[in-house]
Amino acid sequence: MSDVVMPQMGESVAEGTIVRWIKRVGDSVDKDEPLFEISTDKVDAEIPSPDAGTLLEIRVPEGETVPVHTVVAVIGIPGVTATRESSRAAVAPPSATPAKPTAHEVIQPLSSAAPSRTAGQPAPMAPVSDRLHAVSSPVVRTIAKAHGVDIAELHGTGASGRVTKKDIDAFIATRAPERAAPRVPVYQPGDDVRLEKMTVMRRKIADHMVNSLRTSAHIYSAYEVDFSRIDALRRQHKARYEAAGTSLTYTAFVAKATADVIRQFPYVNASLDGGTIVYKNDINLGVAVALEQGLIVPVIRQADGKTVMELCRHIQDLAQRARTRQLKVEDVEGGTFTLTNPGIFGGLWGLPIISQPQVAILAVGSIDKRPVVVDDEIVVRPMCYLTLGYDHRLVDGADGGRFLQALKDRLQNFSDTLL
Amino acid sequence: MTIHVRRLGRVDYAEALELQRTLVEERRAGHIGDTLLLLEHPPVITLGARSRHARTNIVASAEELAAAGVSVHDTGRGGDVTYHGPGQLVGYPILDLRPDRQDVHRYVRDIEEVLIRAIAGFGVSGTRIPGLSGVWAGPLGQEEKVAAIGVRISRWITSHGFALNISTDLRHFQLIVPCGIADRGVTSLERLTGAVVPTTSAEDAVVEAVDAIFGHR
Repeated sequence: MSDVVMPQMGESVAEGTIVRWIKRVGDSVDKDEPLFEISTDKVDAEIPSPDAGTLLEIRVPEGETVPVHTVVAVIGIPGVTATRESSRAAVAPPSATPAKPTAHEVIQPLSSAAPSRTAGQPAPMAPVSDRLHAVSSPVVRTIAKAHGVDIAELHGTGASGRVTKKDIDAFIATRAPERAAPRVPVYQPGDDVRLEKMTVMRRKIADHMVNSLRTSAHIYSAYEVDFSRIDALRRQHKARYEAAGTSLTYTAFVAKATADVIRQFPYVNASLDGGTIVYKNDINLGVAVALEQGLIVPVIRQADGKTVMELCRHIQDLAQRARTRQLKVEDVEGGTFTLTNPGIFGGLWGLPIISQPQVAILAVGSIDKRPVVVDDEIVVRPMCYLTLGYDHRLVDGADGGRFLQALKDRLQNFSDTLL
Repeated sequence: MTIHVRRLGRVDYAEALELQRTLVEERRAGHIGDTLLLLEHPPVITLGARSRHARTNIVASAEELAAAGVSVHDTGRGGDVTYHGPGQLVGYPILDLRPDRQDVHRYVRDIEEVLIRAIAGFGVSGTRIPGLSGVWAGPLGQEEKVAAIGVRISRWITSHGFALNISTDLRHFQLIVPCGIADRGVTSLERLTGAVVPTTSAEDAVVEAVDAIFGHR
């Protein structure tokens, strides 16, 4: 048996539409013989069969759009018959499922620990998994079904994140018994609700966020920074930057100072790989950009080697291209530390979630004039909260504090030679 | 590696389809290298593979089409409905995107880049509009489509491609809703420049841009 998946025809391709099945169920097919046609964007593509054998099952009909890596068909390979009967039983849609059969892998809403939904309960919305680790072998699916486990919940250790038999055995062994509680339906038929399918981006953000919370031990430290000097420098140099065709933003100051300080504290520019700490020599700053729907984090590579003016240009360019959806793959890859800016929307501070596999993320709050005490006098100063979210598995509270203290010093005494 | 260019002049749509099919197989077999076909079609409306319902985007009746001397053709390319005809430079790159260009979005963006560069040589500033493929030109907010893109990729060998309006009779576009996009107009290089653009000059500009984008791997 061999699963045929919706191929990813490009890094930014998230889904594809099956335009035509060239082969029918029961047809024999050679390896690399055209099997089906898909359409993405303005491109139509003919997809060859990954294996030779018999087309046993078509799971996604013509005209339907599914995320990449979704299993669209199953091919039976001659000679591999031993498991076929049981696997076919496992992959066939459960007969109790009402109305729409599970045409592809289904993930339950994230709140459901173990979907032991009984027949007769209304079927909740079944978002289609676009995650690799949902693609698993029939054996794993059989075990998952028998134990009421949602495969999409597991972290696969197999090739391309596939959930292996070992993974699922381990998961079942450690599962707490109370997690088998039946899920409460989100809505009842007749409720006044509006249903909307999550976009691919929404699902990816959702997956990434939950995965990050499950992976990292998040802790936070907040420091308050006086932006008087940066304010003055900005006013002083603004015109020069504008003449050079860019604008001198607070974000650029923060990006410059952050990149320079990271150099002194390599543990915030690292990843964990099992029992190994991977320190990244490049400081690639991700800068979160809010889109009309969702968000994206383009990356400034080797940010510490860039001047403030270069940073201004990069940030402006990346944000612009993010909003017009012109980012390239390499623009969003390889980040080692993330900056996010809840202050843009007036937020005093943020408690952001780490972007995996990084270990730290800095949130910049709004810069507001506040009364503060300086030399025993109450004065008005432009103040800003910086919050560092970091992974306590690697970075202790004292380390996080040291990083923020250094960043605060650097911002409050920002060197005008850098401009 | 440079790209082998074949300037074919006016070719029937069906004939060009068959030629592409042959060349795709030859390219796959390695008998030929990357090739660019440049040609022009007699008036024809073509339908993309995705939209079997694209005929709803033909607004003219069968009689009107016949009167205008326009035939209708199904194709295997991506995209919706489009019009081809005299004065339009059609380009069909037959390229093997393996091993390092296997990205359909990138390929479409690269073709857009080719066309933007080609028309820049005539002083026309072409642009992309997010969400709509093709190349657009004109005043900000009122851009019109100067080139359409519809691509087929068969195991990473490309066919179909682009259609750049040089001196196309734009009235023929009124027979269809171009690419199924109702609220945007269509324009041509001559209309944008207000000058006569010889087909060969446009071809030369396209060849140069194709070479720059796809030629040096």
